[in-house]
Amino acid sequence: MTAESHHPFTTVIGLEVHVQLQTETKLFCGCVTTFGSAPNTQVCPTCLGLPGSLPVMNRRAFDLSLRAALALNCKIASFTKWDRKNYFYPDLPKGYQISQFDLPFSYEGHLEVTDPKGAFEPRNVRIIRVHLEEDAGKSMHDETAGTADSRIDLNRTGTPLCEIVTEPDMRSPEEARAWLNELKLLLVYLGVSDCNMQEGSLRVDANVNLHIPQPDGRLAKTPIVEIKNMNSFRSVERALIYETERQWGEWQATHAEIGSMPKQTRGWDDSAGVTRGQRHKEESSDYRYFPEPDLVPVTVSEEQVATVRATMGEPPAMLRKTLAERWHIPAYDADVLVNQGPELVEYFEDLANKVGEGKVASNWMQQDVLRMLNERGGRIADFPVQPAAVADIIARVKKGDFDTGRGKEIFAAVLETGKPVDEVVASMGIAAVDEGDLQKLCEELIAENPKIVADVKGGKEQAAGGLIGQAKRKNPNVNPGKVRALALELIRALP
Amino acid sequence: MTITTTPAAELASALQKGETTSVECTTAFLDRIEATNPTINAFLSVDRDGALAKAEAVDTARAQGKPLGPLAGLPVAVKDVLCTTDQKTTCASRMLKTYKPPYDADVVRRLREADAIILGKTNMDEFAMGGSNENSAYGLVRNPWDTDRAPGGSSGGSAAAVAADMAPLAIGSDTGGSIRQPAGLCGITGLKPTYGRVSRRGLIAFSSSLDQIGPMARSAKECAMLLQAIAGHDPGDSTSLNTPVPEYLTNLEKPLEGLRIGRVAEHFGDGLDSEVAEHVEQTFAAYEAAGATIHEVELPHASYGVPTYYLIAPSEASSNLARYDGAHYGHRWDGTPSDDQGITTFDSPLVEMYCRSRAEGFGPEVKRRIMLGTYALSAGYYDAYYAKALRVRRLIRNDFTQAFEKVDLIGGPVSATPAFKLGEKTDDPVSMYLVDLYTVGANLAGIGGISFPCGFTKNNLPVGFQLQGPALSEPLLLQAAHQYQLTTDWHLQRTPAISS
Repeated sequence: MTAESHHPFTTVIGLEVHVQLQTETKLFCGCVTTFGSAPNTQVCPTCLGLPGSLPVMNRRAFDLSLRAALALNCKIASFTKWDRKNYFYPDLPKGYQISQFDLPFSYEGHLEVTDPKGAFEPRNVRIIRVHLEEDAGKSMHDETAGTADSRIDLNRTGTPLCEIVTEPDMRSPEEARAWLNELKLLLVYLGVSDCNMQEGSLRVDANVNLHIPQPDGRLAKTPIVEIKNMNSFRSVERALIYETERQWGEWQATHAEIGSMPKQTRGWDDSAGVTRGQRHKEESSDYRYFPEPDLVPVTVSEEQVATVRATMGEPPAMLRKTLAERWHIPAYDADVLVNQGPELVEYFEDLANKVGEGKVASNWMQQDVLRMLNERGGRIADFPVQPAAVADIIARVKKGDFDTGRGKEIFAAVLETGKPVDEVVASMGIAAVDEGDLQKLCEELIAENPKIVADVKGGKEQAAGGLIGQAKRKNPNVNPGKVRALALELIRALP
Repeated sequence: MTITTTPAAELASALQKGETTSVECTTAFLDRIEATNPTINAFLSVDRDGALAKAEAVDTARAQGKPLGPLAGLPVAVKDVLCTTDQKTTCASRMLKTYKPPYDADVVRRLREADAIILGKTNMDEFAMGGSNENSAYGLVRNPWDTDRAPGGSSGGSAAAVAADMAPLAIGSDTGGSIRQPAGLCGITGLKPTYGRVSRRGLIAFSSSLDQIGPMARSAKECAMLLQAIAGHDPGDSTSLNTPVPEYLTNLEKPLEGLRIGRVAEHFGDGLDSEVAEHVEQTFAAYEAAGATIHEVELPHASYGVPTYYLIAPSEASSNLARYDGAHYGHRWDGTPSDDQGITTFDSPLVEMYCRSRAEGFGPEVKRRIMLGTYALSAGYYDAYYAKALRVRRLIRNDFTQAFEKVDLIGGPVSATPAFKLGEKTDDPVSMYLVDLYTVGANLAGIGGISFPCGFTKNNLPVGFQLQGPALSEPLLLQAAHQYQLTTDWHLQRTPAISS
C-alpha cells in the first residue's frame, strides 16, 4: 500500500546516486581503496592534497564508469574534461573536488524497472547524466558532552565515484526503491560496484514534490525538497513516504507552490522517522567550478567503447529472460534468482545442470537454499554446501531412498555438520524401510493406541495423523504417507 | 681561479680534470653565501651540512672512477617553491613556515640524480606572486647591482644568488615572467621552457596552467646544462610532454645564418625606458650583424595579456591555495581570541579557524589574488571574467602561432625599465602587475622564452633582452642567446662589492 494512493496528487521523484567504483586503486593516485583499514593508512601526497602534488587519471576507473554508463543506455561523449568543484571542508584536503561539470563523459540514458508482482506498471526512468568524480574523506564527529572533537580519515579520499542523476520519472516511493534495487543489481552484475550502503559505496539523495490537479484544471506543484542522509533503500522509501505526507500537509496549510522559496534540503532521521530542514546556508553554495588545469581532457574512441561493451557481461533484465528460457522456469522464479545477484545465479545454474531439471533445482533454491542463506546470513559464495551435494540429495529423493521432507532434513544436517551426504545419511540410519518392518510397526502402534483406533472406527479418519508422529519417533525413516495408508487399512480390517 | 666568479661550465671541467674538488667549490659558495646573504637575503635556508656531505660523496666517487651524473659536484640553488625532503619548503609564506615535504619534486629528484649539490632554498615572492620579491614573509631580496633596488620576482632570490656569485646555477619558476624578469633585472640568463617540458610535480602550484620551472645561470650555455638535467617526461604530471629531450649543448655552436627574428612595434610604445629601448635596438642590430634578419610582426592581442593573466592566474590560485586551511598542515590559528583583520562573526568554530588561520598565514598580495580569483570564478561573474579570459588566451596563442609562421623567434625587452627602487611600486598593485607586460604572453601561449643581459644603464644597472620561440624551441632559444654571448661580455660582468 503506497502512502499517497488515497490522495488526489501525483508524487514526482528523481534520484541522485553516488556509487563507488570497484577499483583496486584510487581515481588519481596509486593508493588502494580497501574498506575498513586503520584511518589514514591508505594515503599519499596526491590524495592528501599536499603542496605540489598532482593527479594522474586511473584508466581502469574510467573504463568501469564507461561500463556503467553503457549499461544505463547512455550516450558516451567523445571528449570529456575534468572540473574543480571548490568548497572548504576538513575531509576535502585540497579544498576542491575533481569532478565533471558541463561536459560529463556520458548522458541521456535510461533504466527500466518492472515489478513481478505487478504492484506498479513497468517504469522507464530516464537518466540525465552519469559522471565520474573523486570521493571525499570521512569526518567523525565526537559530540560527547564537553568534547567537541572531530577526526578525519582520508583513506576514502580520491576513491572513484560515479554520480548517476535521473529525471524526475518515478511516481511513488515504492517505485523509487524498486528502481534503486534494479540499479544496484545492474552495477553488481557488471562488476562496477559492490553497492554496499553500509560501507558507503552507494549513497542516494532524492528530490521529491507533489503535482496536485486543481479544480480549474491547472497543475499545482509543491516546492521541490532534496532529502539526504538515507542509509538504506528502505530508508529511502520511508523518507519519501514521510516527505510525501509532509508536503501534502504543508500544501493544505499554505498552498505554497514551487518557486515561492529556494529549493530546500532536508535530512532523514531514521530513528525518529522524520525529515528535518537543514540550515539555509548549507543549501546555497557557489562551487566556482572551472576546468581542472592539472589534468588533460579525455577522448573516448568508438573502438574503446566497443571494447568495453564486448566485455560487459549480461545485464540482469536480459539474464532473467535467458534464465527462464534456458531452464524452463517461470518468470517469477527467474526474477527471484537474478535478484539475489550473480553468485547465486551461478550456484543455481550449477545445481540445475547437475539435477537436469530446472524447475526442481529452482524449487530447492527458493525453498531451501535461500531460506538457509537468510537464516545464516552471509553470501552464497560462503555457503558451505556445494551444488553437487544438493544435487546428490535431490537424486536420492527421486530414486525413492527417502521422501522430500526427509531430504530437507538431510540437507539441514549436511549444512549443520559439514559432513558429506553419505555420512549424514548413514549416521541418521536412513535406509528404505522394509515392507515387513512397516507392517510390524503399524501393528504395534494400533495396539498401543486404542483411542485413535476407536476414533478412526467412529469415522474420524484424521485421527490417524496421531500415529504418524509416533511412527517417526520409532523409526525416522518411515514414509508418513505409507504409514497413514497402511494404518488405516489395518484399522478398517479390525473387527 | 676564484671559484665563485668562475662560470659553472668552467667549474664543471675543472672538477672533471681534478683541478678542484666539489668540497672546495661548495665550501667557496657556502662561504660567499655566509658573507653576502645577510645583505641580499637571497637564501631562505642554507643546507651547509647536507651540501658538503653530498660534495664529499661526489668527490669520493670521482676519485674511485665511478660513473657520475652530468652536474656532478656543481652547486645549485633551488627556489623555495620546490619540494625537498631534506629541507623546509616555505614558498616564502608564513603559512608554510615549518613545512617539510615527504617527497622531492621531480626536478629536485633529477638534480640529485645528476649529482648536483643543492646549496639551499632561495627567497621568492610569497607563493610566487609578485614581480619584485618584496612579498616574501621572510624579508625582501636586494638587487646585488644596487641594494636599494628590487631584484625582480618572483624568482628574485635565485636571480640575486646567481648575480651575487652565491650560486653558479639556480632553479626558478615562471608563471608570468618570474624567471625572465628577475634574470633581466639582475643581469643573468634565465629560460622559461615550453609548458610541460619540465615536470611540475612537487612545484607548489600558483597557477597550474601557467607555471613552468626553468634554469637560471650566468650564460645560455649553463642554462642549457641545467635544462638538460631537469627536462623530460614525468608520468606523474599529466601535463608533462612525452617527447624526447634534445641535446641542448650540441646545438649551441651553430651560427645564426638565416635566423628570422620578429620585432613587435608595440613593444616600443609609451612606458619603455629610453635606455632600455636603446640597448634592445642595439641587440637587434647585433643579431643582424651576426647573419639574422629582423622582421616586423604583430601580436594584435598583446595588450590584453596582463588583464587576461590577472584573471586566469588568480582564479587558479584561489583554488590551488584553498588547501592551506589550517586543518591538515601549515599554519593554524592558535585560538587566541582576536577581533583584528575586520572579521568578528563566524558561522562556526571551524569557519573561524579557517578564516583566522588564512588571515594570519597569507600575506596581503596572496590575499588580494585569492579574492580576485574567487570573484572571477563566482556564479554570475564567471562568464564575464574567467570564461572571457580563456577566450582571449586562445587569441593570444593564435597571435603567436601566426607570428611564428613568419619568423623563428620574437625579440624585445624583458621589462620596461631596469631594476626599480624597493618600495617604489608596493602601494600600487597595478603598476606592479605591469612589470609582466612583455613576459605574460609566453605563459598564456605555453611557449618558451629566454632573457639575457644586453647592456647596462648609465647607473650601471643591467638591461635584459628577451627572445620568445614556438613550443619546444628551447634548442634555438639557447643557441641564439649563446651566439650573442660569444660576441658580448654583458653576462660576464660582476656586481660591485656587496657591503653589509
